[in-house]
Amino acid sequence: MIEVNELTKRYGDKLAVDHLSFTIPQGVVTGFLGPNGAGKSTTMRMLLDLDRPTSGSVRIDGKHYGQLREPLKYIGALLEAKAVHPGRTAYNHLLWLAASNRIPTRRVDEVLALVGLTAVAKKRSGGFSLGMGQRLGIAAALLGDPKILMFDEPVNGLDPEGILWVRNLMKSLAAEGRTVFVSSHLMSEMALTAEHLIVIGRGRLLADMPMNQFIDQNSRSFVRLRTPQPEQLLDMLSRNGMTALQDRDGGWEVENGDMARIGDLAAEHRVTLHELSPQRASLEEAFMRMTAESVEYHTGGSGTGAPAQQDPKPEPAAAWGANWKKES
Amino acid sequence: MFPVLLSEWIKVRTVRSTFITLLLTFVVTVGLGAVVCAVLASTWNTQPASERADFDATGASFSGIALGQLALIVFAVLVVTSEYSSGMIRATLGAVPQRLTLMLAKVLTVVGLVGVVSVLTAFISFFLGQALLGSHRTSLSDPGVTRAVFGMAVYMTLLALLSVGVAFIVRRPIPALAILMPFFFLVSPILNAVPKVKNVAHFFPDVAGRQLYSVHGNTDVPYGPTAGFFIVLAWSVGCVVIGYLLFARRDA
Ligand SMILES: Nc1ncnc2c1ncn2[C@@H]1O[C@H](COP(=O)(O)OP(=O)(O)OP(=O)(O)O)[C@@H](O)[C@H]1O
Ligand SMILES: [Mg+2]
Repeated sequence: MIEVNELTKRYGDKLAVDHLSFTIPQGVVTGFLGPNGAGKSTTMRMLLDLDRPTSGSVRIDGKHYGQLREPLKYIGALLEAKAVHPGRTAYNHLLWLAASNRIPTRRVDEVLALVGLTAVAKKRSGGFSLGMGQRLGIAAALLGDPKILMFDEPVNGLDPEGILWVRNLMKSLAAEGRTVFVSSHLMSEMALTAEHLIVIGRGRLLADMPMNQFIDQNSRSFVRLRTPQPEQLLDMLSRNGMTALQDRDGGWEVENGDMARIGDLAAEHRVTLHELSPQRASLEEAFMRMTAESVEYHTGGSGTGAPAQQDPKPEPAAAWGANWKKES
Repeated sequence: MFPVLLSEWIKVRTVRSTFITLLLTFVVTVGLGAVVCAVLASTWNTQPASERADFDATGASFSGIALGQLALIVFAVLVVTSEYSSGMIRATLGAVPQRLTLMLAKVLTVVGLVGVVSVLTAFISFFLGQALLGSHRTSLSDPGVTRAVFGMAVYMTLLALLSVGVAFIVRRPIPALAILMPFFFLVSPILNAVPKVKNVAHFFPDVAGRQLYSVHGNTDVPYGPTAGFFIVLAWSVGCVVIGYLLFARRDA
């Protein structure tokens, strides 16, 4: 079990991680979410004792990372930056890693096969594509058959097929009872894989809860209406105990409204409708709302406009999947 | 410790730069030494009498080290700095978080490998140089000669150690080379020619090293081969210790 306690990291004036405390649950995929610059990578580097905390501590089953003997058998990590010498072959890279932790050499071939790099095992890693580099990093993380895995934005630079592969890999690792801690800045991606969620912004903890709790709290459903007769519509709704709020582009939103009933009422009251549609705010939107104040770098203007989806109540996961495809 | 040592050895033998730099060290040192010896032998009669009087045949066969050491420095610097420039240091420390163990393993790997290359370089430079010097040659049985030949190997090994230390201090390859190469190739020789300043510059590692690997030594320099050895050792150990202290507390 990994426990992070009041972890703080300061780079000069910059407070990258600010009194962060959380515990990573065992045997499940935990998503570690935050906008760019939130401090995810910094936290992960401190978990591995690569960067020294300004204050606070990290304990892995009660131990400091530096006290672990043969740590690769315990915790495997894929970090943000490539950690491979470009002139060394994939096989040799894994070979020295294996030797350092007394991992049998045959395991090198196993993980190469597992990530699909067997054919290029004897090629220098400098010529690898982003995706191949990422696979080599994942192979290195899996080398010691560790019970804890940590991935910093593992889908970065992968094509859709690669993304699917990583997603399934993480799920199967958790299904084997391993702890998977994975960072991302895409809520939609996490919704597909993670069972638990830790959200940070500007180095501070914003949420630490099971995924479905986050979904329950944050997925708002409503009915959207459009009409050339707004007064009549509002009047009709209020007489039937419903309230509508105007949205950004002139439509009306009825929170938790019953679509069929609204349609019937409109027919009865002869209110013309140009739109009557069920809507569900995406988790991405909820996540952006949560982190809005803590976003480090705003890209000019459009900021938080993840579109609400047309969602005739399909399985939530499928809908978020569709959403993710649009965004990546 | 042994697994870490094995791992460091695998790292060193699986990159091309190791072979290139060490081969270059050998070829340049032996080759340049041979050229100098051949030229000296053929121009012997035109040399001033004073030169001829205290001619050091052993030192002459080691002239190539002035250039050869640059390749050796590159080797030692790259062993450390390539970890930083490629980001691999994070994989290394993830696998071996005990930084003292890691640094010791790196140092031992470099010392072991360079030790072997140095002994080969020293003896082959010596024998080839002596063969070319013809009648002006010396032999291992002459006083001080065997010590000087081993001194050469020791100097080269300690120089690699010093470079490893500096590389751990500086971390990036270009700045590390920009400090070391001019120092050994330009700064030290120049400062050693400046009056007054040279009293200090006499204690630089390359000057101390020359006392170690020549038979007569430089009479300007106020110490002999044994002190020379300890001076080079102090420089190397000093750089490695400072390198370790920084390495132990810095973010990777
Ligand atoms: N070595 C460093 N020196 C100085 N500042 C740093 C360093 N590493 C990170 N920072 C700063 O700390 C903050 C957190 O960075 P970090 O890389 O941990 O964020 P992140 O959540 O991983 O972001 P991203 O999603 O972009 O990867 C940023 O403002 C970054 O500029
Ligand atoms: Mg990051």
